Amino acid sequence: MTAGPVAEPVPEPIPAPAHARRRLRGLWLAAGALALAGAAALSLAFGARAVAWADVAAGLSGRVDTLDAAAVAVRVPRTVLAALAGAALGLSGAVMQGVTRNPLADPGILGVNAGAALAVVIGVAWFGIESVEAYLWTAILGAAAAACFVYAVGSLGRGAATPLRLALAGAATSIAASSLVVAVVLPRNDIAGGVRAWQVGGVGGASWEGILPALPFLLAGFALSLISARSLDQLALGEELAAGLGVRVARARAVAALGAVLLCGAATAVCGPIGFVGLAAPHLCRLLVGVEHRWLLPVSALAGAILLLLADVAGRLAARPAELDVGLVTAFVGAPLFIWIVRRRKVRAL
Amino acid sequence: MSLAAHVAGLRRARGRRRQRLGLMLLALLLAAAALTLSLGRSFTPPLDVLRVLAGEEVPVASFTVGELRLPRAALSILAGMAFGLGGAAFQTLLRNPLASPDVIGISSGAGAAAVFAIVLLGWSGPAVSLLAVAGGLGVALAIWALAWRGGVAGARLILVGIGVSAMLQSVTAWCLSQAPSWTLQEAMRWLTGSVNGATLEQSRPLLAALLALGAVLLAQARALETMRLGDDAAAALGVRVERTRLVVALAAVGLVSVATAVAGPIAFVAFLSGPIAARVVGARGSLLAPAALVGALLTLGADYAGQFLLPGRYPVGVVTGALGAPYLLYLIVRAGRSGALS
Repeated sequence: MTAGPVAEPVPEPIPAPAHARRRLRGLWLAAGALALAGAAALSLAFGARAVAWADVAAGLSGRVDTLDAAAVAVRVPRTVLAALAGAALGLSGAVMQGVTRNPLADPGILGVNAGAALAVVIGVAWFGIESVEAYLWTAILGAAAAACFVYAVGSLGRGAATPLRLALAGAATSIAASSLVVAVVLPRNDIAGGVRAWQVGGVGGASWEGILPALPFLLAGFALSLISARSLDQLALGEELAAGLGVRVARARAVAALGAVLLCGAATAVCGPIGFVGLAAPHLCRLLVGVEHRWLLPVSALAGAILLLLADVAGRLAARPAELDVGLVTAFVGAPLFIWIVRRRKVRAL
Repeated sequence: MSLAAHVAGLRRARGRRRQRLGLMLLALLLAAAALTLSLGRSFTPPLDVLRVLAGEEVPVASFTVGELRLPRAALSILAGMAFGLGGAAFQTLLRNPLASPDVIGISSGAGAAAVFAIVLLGWSGPAVSLLAVAGGLGVALAIWALAWRGGVAGARLILVGIGVSAMLQSVTAWCLSQAPSWTLQEAMRWLTGSVNGATLEQSRPLLAALLALGAVLLAQARALETMRLGDDAAAALGVRVERTRLVVALAAVGLVSVATAVAGPIAFVAFLSGPIAARVVGARGSLLAPAALVGALLTLGADYAGQFLLPGRYPVGVVTGALGAPYLLYLIVRAGRSGALS
């Protein structure tokens, strides 16, 4: 706890390295914001359709006289959605890694996204839900149920929930959930076309009508996650030590987990399941700003937004004139990272 | 009675018990096959079924039994046996009940290769199977190499497999997104694992693979059993450890890949057969043959349930997937309780 918040008066001089580290972190935060702006610009300018700069400007200013300008106008909500969903997933992954003290935690690997998708599919097929709000509530309920289930299964029995056990429980839940999605949808020809959207996440069909209802959930999730930063730092010391420091362990965990579930549930409800962003963003950020959650969480959100924007742009450019769903790109790029993380760790730590 | 004679007597009794239980499994499988052959949408008298099997021409029954039910039952049994054998071989080889080919990504390797061949290359028939086998083998090698860090630890192998399989699923999904929409439904059905519209010609390469590779596996069963004691002990007892491991792994991957190429990755059959067989005949001694029987029984039963017992019709892979998932969680819970994973 050497580096306090910047505004607070400091009782004694902080040693120089801490100063330097803090300045460095501030730099990374600024660089992240710049990179986010750059990625958003890329996402607006490049797509499946090659567009001249004049048309980009026209599309942004709301004039949609030409086809190219209209294409750019469609990219605006898409870019916003990618940034929001990426930030939500990155932050949610960072919080999950903190709560479970598990470097392999990710909404995709832990089966939380699959649970959300299953819940929505069941809601559509059996209960006839149609409104965006209903999708959101169902997805969040599904995500919460899956998170509790996976964590319970992973930590049943002797010993703590090791990364291996959580990952296996998550993989099992994912396989089960996707089997059940197919089982629910196969007899229903009327909704079969929409299933793919619940198997591979994408931001292609983004619209303001889809994004706005999710905003309150995302904001609540961001708030809950960010206020958990301090208790996550203390939990990282171990449960007993954290309790000794005055943390109410169970409550702190529940608050942080609720924030993470709100974030990834809302993101999944709007985009479908997108994996590995929540794994990659915190790992990258830990290399840059260290392990303190006060810094790690906001930077992870930034990094998640940048990663998802870039993945989306890559998916649009790689398959011209068609598009790759962003969920495919993140899995293809993220899985090797997962393997790298696994390889780096000692077997005993798995 | 001397102690040695007593122990020998106990061993013989256990062997007899295993044999009895094995025969019971076989009888159960035959009964299930008889049921699926004679009772479908309509009932065919057993005598007619036998006459069709003997090659006689029987009105109506020749079509329903000979053209529809028999190829389907044959493919279910053969694919189930291949998955059961391959899964049990892997679980024994890696000494981990979770390290089955479908969890560590070998099925998804074969699946990705097959979808690639069908959708993008426009292949069909044996060529697809060949590429699927190559895909399964290639992915198995890749996982092995990636998990290698001065030796392969089970935990790392499984986690690397989970990662590789996530990557392959994205490749498969990409191939599917390139498919024309009229093949998409078919490809999706194939991906969940299905024996719909089976023909006897489809079963032929699977039968060949099962005879050849199954014989190889069963020939290694004894050495594999000894290796359960640990590599050093097995080597001291005269097992050529590295060779056995290579032969068993290649044969098991081959079996699983061929079965996946023909019937699709029927979820969890490879995973479940070994543990269920261990429950039925006892965990001591080789599980390969009982696991093959259990696999066939599972696939046959799940396909029958998917066709006739459930509301709506489901491909077999959906039924086994829905069945298998809770069982998998139960296994994890039990393994966690006994500390096998920690």
